[in-house]
Amino acid sequence: MAIRLVKPWRALEADEVVRLPGQLGVYEVAGPSGAVLFIGVAGGRSRFGLRGELETELARRGPGFRFRVEVNVQYHTRYRELLMLHRADHGALPPENEAPPGLGRLRPA
Amino acid sequence: MRIAGRGAGPDGADSMNLEPSEEQRLLIDLVRRFVREEIVPLEADLDPDASELDPADHARLAGMVREMGLYGLDVPREYGGPGVDVVTRTLMAIEMAQHRAGLYAPCYGVFGAVGLAQLYEATEEQKERYLRPTLRGEKRAFFGLTEPSGGSDPARAIRTRAVRDGDGWVIDGSKLFISGADRADYGIVFARTDPARGRAGVTCFIVETGWPGFHVRRVVHTLRSANYATELEFEGLRVPAANVLGEVGGGFAIANDRLSRQRIPYAAGCIGVAVAAQEMAIGYARLRETFGAPLATRQSVQNMIIDSQVDIESARWLTLAAAEKARRGEPFRKEAAMAKLVASEAGGRVVDRAIQIHGGYGVTKDLPLERWYREMRIRRIGEGPSEVQRLIIARDLIGGSFH
Repeated sequence: MAIRLVKPWRALEADEVVRLPGQLGVYEVAGPSGAVLFIGVAGGRSRFGLRGELETELARRGPGFRFRVEVNVQYHTRYRELLMLHRADHGALPPENEAPPGLGRLRPA
Repeated sequence: MRIAGRGAGPDGADSMNLEPSEEQRLLIDLVRRFVREEIVPLEADLDPDASELDPADHARLAGMVREMGLYGLDVPREYGGPGVDVVTRTLMAIEMAQHRAGLYAPCYGVFGAVGLAQLYEATEEQKERYLRPTLRGEKRAFFGLTEPSGGSDPARAIRTRAVRDGDGWVIDGSKLFISGADRADYGIVFARTDPARGRAGVTCFIVETGWPGFHVRRVVHTLRSANYATELEFEGLRVPAANVLGEVGGGFAIANDRLSRQRIPYAAGCIGVAVAAQEMAIGYARLRETFGAPLATRQSVQNMIIDSQVDIESARWLTLAAAEKARRGEPFRKEAAMAKLVASEAGGRVVDRAIQIHGGYGVTKDLPLERWYREMRIRRIGEGPSEVQRLIIARDLIGGSFH
């Protein structure tokens, strides 16, 4: 498994979101410039997994955004890993993320 | 449990009174109520794989524990701990594990940090700089022993090198499966300082994670999806001589001592989860009806519950016997190995049977069983796998060294 999330980007639109699996995992949302705005997680309490989370994102943001998802039963640790990687690569978390308690530091080779 | 010392016969033989003392019973009940009334309700709103409470909840519960006089439960009395003996702490640890996150995060740590046990043997300067801030909750630490080349046989597996340079040391190498290093302020790292001397050529160093040359290279995802391990790399990491822990060449003894001591609470956690799983299994077997009668009336289900109780009781007594030896100050390496071996294997069987009794519900994230099943599997490997525990027991029974 690649350390960074490398799944293809898709338009944040209803016909894309409806095809998403209802599984656990992580996702990223990017703005029109391509910069990642938010890293999210579909955890064990998500009603319809990744599909449910991205439906919420779509309703909240409207058109013009992109997303990518990774189905992952280790969503909890994968989410924290993606946050740490983003901070290592860009010097800060995505603008819409707040650091969860005790977020660690990563320095990939 | 009242064991020898209070329950010993006149000849000093290892007679055991199987009942907890009144004081122990009060503490067990106190912790049991705390877990059921304060911890379990919070878990209903947490992600099923969460291992941390909301900081406000953590602070509130830690305050309650302080009021109970039990904060820093495992901290020696001279460092501010409540001075509870190891047998009673083991009984309490069995209770503290009886919730969803309880195997690896008993009570989410609201009973306080204990610090790395090795630091209690550190110099005063080292204690002041590292141990005391950790006990105050100001610093976090990690334990860096295992390497990509292995962890069960550290004396031979350690390839990380430390070379003298002026009045300090320079460390190069890597560590694998290290918990908490990415969040730690410092840690203890074992490195080979004399390749020709085998286990006598391993030294323990205290390293700070902010020093140049210390890198957390990646997260290592495991079955334990609530927490990850990390892989570390040391590139020309300079360590002052004052940060050698113990004697140069004395690292193996430090590592070995820690591993033996850690096996008792490790076993207690397995027992606690097994007790909780068994309680769920019995409750569900009484409730759930198939073909017109409760599951509890089926002999095949009864047998599972019986076998689980035998597993729990045998693990409990072996673990308490090891704790009692430790309390008396007697050698307990063999007993701790037996406790860890039996409790981790029994715990896995008990959780597996509880899932079987629950059927489809047992494997959902609605119940804690699936998390316990995944995490319990790791317990047969962590802190020395079952096979190494058997080697330790064999060495005590037969003699000789590991070959």
